[in-house]
Amino acid sequence: MRQRVFPATAARRHMYVQARKKMFALLTHVLLSATAALFVIPFLWLVITSLKPLDQVFTDPPRWIPDPIMWQNYVEALTSPAFPFLRLLRNTLFYSVFSTLGVVISCSIVAYAFARMDFWGRDVLFGITLSTMMLPGIVTLIPTYILFRTFGWVGTYAPLIVPYYFGSAFNIFLLRQFLMTIPWDLTDAARVDGANEFVILWKILLPLVKPALMVVAVFHFMWTWNDFMGPLIYLDDASEYPLVLGLYAFQTRFGVQWHLMMAAALSVTFPLIVLFFLAQRQFIEGITLTGLKGV
Amino acid sequence: MVKSLLRRGGQRADARPRWRLSKRARDSLKAYLFVSPWIISLLVFTAYPMIASFYFAMTEYTILNPPRWVGLQNFKVMFTKDPLYWKSVWNTVYYTLFSVPLGLIVALLLALLLNQRSHGIGLYRTAYYLPGLMPAVASTLLWMVLLDPRLGLVNAALRAVGLPPLGWLRSATWSKPALILMSIWSGSGGTMLIFLAGLKEIPESLQEAAKIDGANAWQRFRHVVLPLLTPTIFFNLVMGIINSFQVFTTAFVAGAQTGGAGPLNSLLMYMLLLYRYGFRYFNMGHASAMALVMFIALVLITLALIRSSSYWVYYEAGGRR
Repeated sequence: MRQRVFPATAARRHMYVQARKKMFALLTHVLLSATAALFVIPFLWLVITSLKPLDQVFTDPPRWIPDPIMWQNYVEALTSPAFPFLRLLRNTLFYSVFSTLGVVISCSIVAYAFARMDFWGRDVLFGITLSTMMLPGIVTLIPTYILFRTFGWVGTYAPLIVPYYFGSAFNIFLLRQFLMTIPWDLTDAARVDGANEFVILWKILLPLVKPALMVVAVFHFMWTWNDFMGPLIYLDDASEYPLVLGLYAFQTRFGVQWHLMMAAALSVTFPLIVLFFLAQRQFIEGITLTGLKGV
Repeated sequence: MVKSLLRRGGQRADARPRWRLSKRARDSLKAYLFVSPWIISLLVFTAYPMIASFYFAMTEYTILNPPRWVGLQNFKVMFTKDPLYWKSVWNTVYYTLFSVPLGLIVALLLALLLNQRSHGIGLYRTAYYLPGLMPAVASTLLWMVLLDPRLGLVNAALRAVGLPPLGWLRSATWSKPALILMSIWSGSGGTMLIFLAGLKEIPESLQEAAKIDGANAWQRFRHVVLPLLTPTIFFNLVMGIINSFQVFTTAFVAGAQTGGAGPLNSLLMYMLLLYRYGFRYFNMGHASAMALVMFIALVLITLALIRSSSYWVYYEAGGRR
């Protein structure tokens, strides 16, 4: 009724709402762009600085375009005897690949038992598993080091790799949650046909939870790539260092050569950026799962 | 109990009469075989170190000689004779008090902003998350360039808007804020994604219902969205505190330039001091005592937070628990 009596008011109201909506959208857009810039500019500065001659790294005012563009910084940094990139990369890949392999294998087997098998004490054991996810690493650090020392493993990658062949709490939890979602009917048929547990796990279930396995693998790989304290504590010899430790050692020796430091830092990060773009979905999913497990 | 699990087999004609495990017992054994790696891991890499750390904390142990029982000596030295200990406690608490809440707030704001948009999310998401991909050593080196007191980009920006430049990692006052800034830069993206996922889970219908009831945007956020996000906030708060109490790499790398722990030990974090005792002086007893105190503190803080959660964390179907 009212709208028929005062059509103009209704129209004006509609316009007002539309304008407000547009204003709000614009404001969101501006805020998003501004904050995104704040996050990206430091990264951009890494790229820019890595391509500068040393005398252009610190200038007043800051210099945004290097002149000339020093691609040879990368050659110089990556072939420097103080930063033997290929050897560092090989060590990192060795550490990351074998540790990731261990996590994927062991966690799928253990998660399968938690998801599909019935045994005495299962729920208690699962509860313990969940609670160890909250356990701060600091409390096991020293005794674990002493233990590995008595094994004679200090100075090798064994302490950084072997434990992962025995499972890791969060990944077990994650895979179990995924395995729980798969209907029993699928595996019951195979069981009737006489397939054993390993065949069921390997041939039927694991292909079905491949996305979850990818999340576990990608995250663990990235975690080992970035791990600093583990290698710092357990490795003695510089020839064994992974990339991040090599980068740190490079900085302690040639710290003022900032253009080379930035080239080296970007080179250490670059493979992870490639991995991120290749497996973006797994990344996003993985982070989301990490944070939502409390819900 | 065991006997009930045993059953006479002998279905096969040629089988001698013998005790065979029942199917249930065999299944159970199989299951234990599957979980055995994890049970070993829990015993060897979790239970043993936890128990051992209580023992080592009561000993003088330098690796070379066997541990010697000294009772509470390590704790006494730590609390009363080591001024650096309290310095490291203060630094770590300061860092945590700012980096955790600020990190959560920034992440939540970014998620709320991003949640307003339906298209182009991918690009922004990548922009916020990119810093989190950098290994901590690499990002610390980058920030050492950005935060250069004389000619760094950050100080240039401060000067450009008429603010005084700061000493950042070269100043005892500003080194911790620098570290906090770094942690927000690299950590917010990941937390933002978690909040974004949480926001997506909130049913549209709830927001619509509130709108019909006349709630404005702020009221909808305050009384619908925020309560439903509290479980996520709670979880990230607890994990954030546990992680930032153990901050190490950024402080270690940034501090290396200035005497090992920043100007006037302003970057001497708890973990850094523990690392020194454990792996520079090989004083494993003292390091274990430090670890134990941190562990107990974290357990108490976590328990307190869990207790407090009944006042502010809402769980679906049933309001506050």
